[in-house]
Formats: sequence, structure tokens, C-alpha cells
Amino acid sequence: MDIHEYQAKEILSGYGVKIAEGGMAYSPEEAVQRARDIGGHIWAVKAQVHSGARGKAGGIKICKTHDEVEAAAEALLGKRLVTHQTGPAGKVCGRLYIEAGTDIVKELYFCFLVDRSFERIVMVGSAQGGMEIEELAKNNPEAITKIYIEPAVGLQDYQAREMAFALGLEPELMSHAVKTIKGCYRALRDLDVSMLEINPLVVTRSGELIALDAKMGFDDNALFRQQKISELRDKTQEDPREMAAADRGLSYVGLDGDIGCMINGAGLAMATMDMIKLAGGEPANFLDVGGGASAERTEKAFRLVLADKGVKAMLVNIFAGINRCDWIAEGVVEAVRKIDMKIPLIVRLSGTNVEEGRRIIAESGLPIITAETLAEAAEKAVQARNEAVAKEAAQGA
Amino acid sequence: MAILIDETTRIIVQGFTGKIGSFHAQDMINYGSNVVGGITPGKGGQTHLGLPVFNTVKEAVQQVGAEASIIFVPPAFAADSIMEAADAGIKYCVAITDGIPTQDMMTVKSFLRRFPVGQRMMLTGPNCAGTISPGRAMLGIMPGHIYMKGNVGIVGRSGTLGYEAADQMKRLGIGISTSVGIGGDPINGSSHRDILEKFEADPETKVILMIGEIGGPQEVEAGMFAKAHMTKPVVAYIAGLTAPEGRRMGHAGAIISSAGESAAEKVAILKDLGVTICSTPAAMGETVAAVLARM
Repeated sequence: MDIHEYQAKEILSGYGVKIAEGGMAYSPEEAVQRARDIGGHIWAVKAQVHSGARGKAGGIKICKTHDEVEAAAEALLGKRLVTHQTGPAGKVCGRLYIEAGTDIVKELYFCFLVDRSFERIVMVGSAQGGMEIEELAKNNPEAITKIYIEPAVGLQDYQAREMAFALGLEPELMSHAVKTIKGCYRALRDLDVSMLEINPLVVTRSGELIALDAKMGFDDNALFRQQKISELRDKTQEDPREMAAADRGLSYVGLDGDIGCMINGAGLAMATMDMIKLAGGEPANFLDVGGGASAERTEKAFRLVLADKGVKAMLVNIFAGINRCDWIAEGVVEAVRKIDMKIPLIVRLSGTNVEEGRRIIAESGLPIITAETLAEAAEKAVQARNEAVAKEAAQGA
Repeated sequence: MAILIDETTRIIVQGFTGKIGSFHAQDMINYGSNVVGGITPGKGGQTHLGLPVFNTVKEAVQQVGAEASIIFVPPAFAADSIMEAADAGIKYCVAITDGIPTQDMMTVKSFLRRFPVGQRMMLTGPNCAGTISPGRAMLGIMPGHIYMKGNVGIVGRSGTLGYEAADQMKRLGIGISTSVGIGGDPINGSSHRDILEKFEADPETKVILMIGEIGGPQEVEAGMFAKAHMTKPVVAYIAGLTAPEGRRMGHAGAIISSAGESAAEKVAILKDLGVTICSTPAAMGETVAAVLARM
């Protein structure tokens, strides 16, 4: 789960990380009021969307008058910000963060992540801040310092100092830098943070170390013990279909294709989607219905897939282990009858009680296309999709 | 032979008396696994499914000689159960639980590393279907009847995709020495590489099928290990060709977050390392058959 910049800054500030003075605004009037409260002659009006690279996408505006603040706020509120991280649909900006302008001397990059190879938290820093770390890693890897943290003992002072020196900080800033770095690490451990990025971390003309941006992601598996973090969830930043799926205990990811999928198990789901692509089609979604696919759950999954109006055919691929194919088949037949499905449905069942499951589908009298193997299922789905598209085109002409 | 478990392995179930634990314990017993008891703190001394219940893993090790354990404990308490098993002297543990926080798994891994290599518990999972040595023992939640006994080792992240592979092989008359699920989490007990090492040392295993997916470095690490240290052929399929970058595909670990983590990149690297690639997920069985035919 991701949170907004202003929320991350509020959390980090509680852990001793310095931030510039700022406040939230939901309207242009509020934005001007915040600028007045902050005072000074320069402000940053920052779109609060769950994505990095907001500056490049026009989501951060530097303003020198209250009128400029008002105009920037008007331009940003309600706007869809598109970055390489949001995908082509972009994300709507419903909140702004108004921040005092900072007189920057140096921009640094700093983050904590989980390193899957070393199975540890790694602290990553570079004296070349501001740009994207991926680009830096590609073009100038020696400018990046990585320090691994042993989970049992945690981050040590010498490691924080090593990072501060690698960032090129002056000795006068050392004690504050150590405090900042250790504060970030404590937040990470206390709150089950999976990613914390400060880009840029800046040195100001007055000699302060300030987190000018902050991005935090949390481990979804740990939200059960992070009640306060769960409350920071901003549902406007998430795909409504994915959220509806999560509420029903299903795992759904919307994609650009037009063959809807319902599969049990994440690996088999990905493999089935691969098979659709290799057969010449494009999957409309990833959907893992999990182990206990009851009739009720099956119906919910069908409704979710079919809510995407671009779907031209639907493929169900279930390998029953704990499940039984006959239960799945009954659920599918019931769902098709209830929903009054208009598009072709291809069903492939395997595993426990497969004959019984196939018999139920065959005897249902419904126009369900069945397949025995994974390859056959994908080929039939692509064929049915192509026929449906051709029929539509003929009707349109 | 097989790896990790056989018919003699003395198995206990952690989270024994719960609904899920009971169901799968019975299923494992029916398959022929040598289940010798279970753990539910506070229910020690009772009998469940005709077997003794213990308060602690240590008691089970001392009283019934438990060697392997399977964990059905909820996510919030699962890391604790894994560490209890390791401390009690269990040799092999399968964690079925899905949803263990990443930081808990980092703690578990760090805890396991404190034991000297010879005394360190082997862990597979979490978030996996378990391990089966067909015809001998099942330490997991898979449908045992789809696996035929034979000479191919399987290691994979996914449950149902592993079933698909076993099913394709059975249709071609190919059997399995052991099938190991390493789970879909970003940090897991054993990697693909760790399991390849076991299969390389097992005289019964002739070919290994590795079923990987997008995200993380493990498939490539395994490929490098195979090239440097293995005499047996490795066949691989990598799922997630259509997965967009930065999107989590069901498994907590199935996310492309840096270079080299997409299916296409992993396939290219593995090919270079001499691993035989299955062109489609429907061709896992026939690709293994072709490799076996050349031997």
C-alpha cells in the first residue's frame, strides 16, 4: 500500500526528519490561505498522487505570488496526472500540498528497500540526487552507495555515518544526518515499510538537511498490525476494480486486452495469460480466485471480469486440488444462468473429480465451450474472441 | 531416494487441531505420510486424529522423534512457529501460511543463519503448496493422486502451476522423484538454487523442471548454479510474459521492480546459461520428455 507525500512527511517528521513548512489544500482558496499561513515569497504547489516523477508530469508548480498559487491549484485539482509509474490512465489529483520554497545547495538521493538477494534491508544513497535512481544505476553505478542492514541488530551509527559521508555531507551536518537516517530506519521497522524514498534529500543554504520529497510503501501482509497506516489509504488512487476484488478476497489486475480470465492460483493465472498471448490473443485481466472457489465466489469473480465492457470472451481455467471440479462446474453453471452472459465462455477443468465436473457442464445445456488442455483452452478462447469481434464488425457494417 | 522427505520421515503438524490443519493432516495420513503428532499450545496431552497433541515442538521432538514439520499457523504467528521448529531441532519445515509480513521473514532467515550449517533447519515456503515425494510421502496440500513416481524433480513457486506440470507429465507417462513448492513470497525459506543443489545430489533424479515467474533474482541465480555446478539437465518455464512492470500479479513476490526481472529477460539469461526453456506453459511435459529421450 502506498501513501501520499504529505502523509509520509508527517510520519517522518515524527521520527526526527526535518521537512519544509507546509499544509494541505483541497481548493484554490485553501491553497492561497496555506501560502499566507506559511509566509515568505516562494511556494511549491504539489499534486498529491501516488507516483514518482510528478515534477516531469507537471504536478509540481513553483509560485512567486498568491495569484500564481491560486492558478496552479486550479490547474492541478481534478487533473489526471500521467507518469511512467501511473500507466496511461494516470491518477486524479484531489489534494494539494503547499510547501515553503527551499533554497537548495545540494540535492541527494536516499532510500531504504528490501533486497531480495540478500534478504535484508538495504540503504541506498547517492550524492547525485533529483534524478531517477534507475537512470543513475544504469549510467553511473559507481555514484551509488549500498549498505546492508543485519535485521537482528538493526542499523548501526557507523553505517549511518558511512552513508552520510558517501552523500558528501559536511562534518557539521554529521550528527543531524545520522539522526535523519536512523529516524527513517526506525520508521521503517516500526511501521512495516517496504520502501522509503527521499528524492531529493537536500542541503539548504542555511545548512539544514531537509526531506524535500518522501515516498513510502507498506507491506500489505503487515497491515493487520498497522491500523493507523491502513487508515491513510486513499482509495481514489487505486483501481476501483482491483479494490472491489480485494474486498471480496480475490486478486485482480486489470490489463489492456479483451479476453477475460478466471483462474485459481497466481502462477497458473500468469501461465494461462502467457498461453493466450502465445495463441495470438491479449488477456483483459489477471484474476486469481484462490483455493476455496465456492459458487458465491465464482459468481463474484464472473461479475468482476464482465464489468470490463471491453471483454469479448472469457476463459476459466481451474486446476482443482483442495477444490473439486464438480463444485466449480456447479458454480460456473449457476453464475452463467444468473448473470445472463452474452459473450462466449471457455471452461477448462482439471484435477479432483474432473469427469463429474465436465458432465455437469455438458448437461447444463448452456453454450459453454470446453477444453481438456491448457493449449486447447487458450486456442479456443482466442478463436471465440476473433469470431465475436468479426461478428461485431459485420453488424456494424 | 527422493529429496527432503520419504515414507520414513517423522512428521508433525503445527496448527494441528485447527480446521485447516486437521483437514490436511488427515489428507497427508491418507496419502501414507508418517505423521506422528501435532502441536497446539494449550492442548498438549490430548489426542487428535488418533495422534498425540503436544504443547511445544521440543516435546514432539523428544517424545515421538519428530524430524519434519508443516505449518498451518495464521500469518501473525507463523514466523514464531517456524523459529520454534528450528530451535527444537526439526530438520525440515514446510510453511504453508500465506501472508507472513516481509520483516518477519527477514527475522526468520537471520535466526536460521545462527545455527551451524549441519544443524540448520531447512525451510520451504511460506505461501506454498508443500513438498511431495510421490508414492512415499506428502508434506503439503496438493492433490496427491496427480503425481506419478519417477525420476524428474520439480521445483516451483506456484501451487496450481506445479499441478499442471505434474499432470502434463503423467499424461506422457513421466513420473516425479520429488516436487517442491518454494512459494510466492519475496523472501522465502529456500530458493530455486537450494533445491537444485538437493536434486543434483539425489541419485534418483535425472532431470529437473524449474517453474519460475517474474520478480526477484532467484531463477537467474539458479541458472548460474546449474551452469557452474550441475551435471543434470535443467528445464525451465518462466510465467508472466504478459505482466506489466510494477504490478503485483497475485503472489507478493511476483512483481517486476528492476531490470532482469521480467519473464523475457529471465528466459534470455537462462538460455545463455544452458537451461532448456519450455516455449509455452502447455509444453512443460513434452520439453521434459524430449530431454529425457536424449539421455
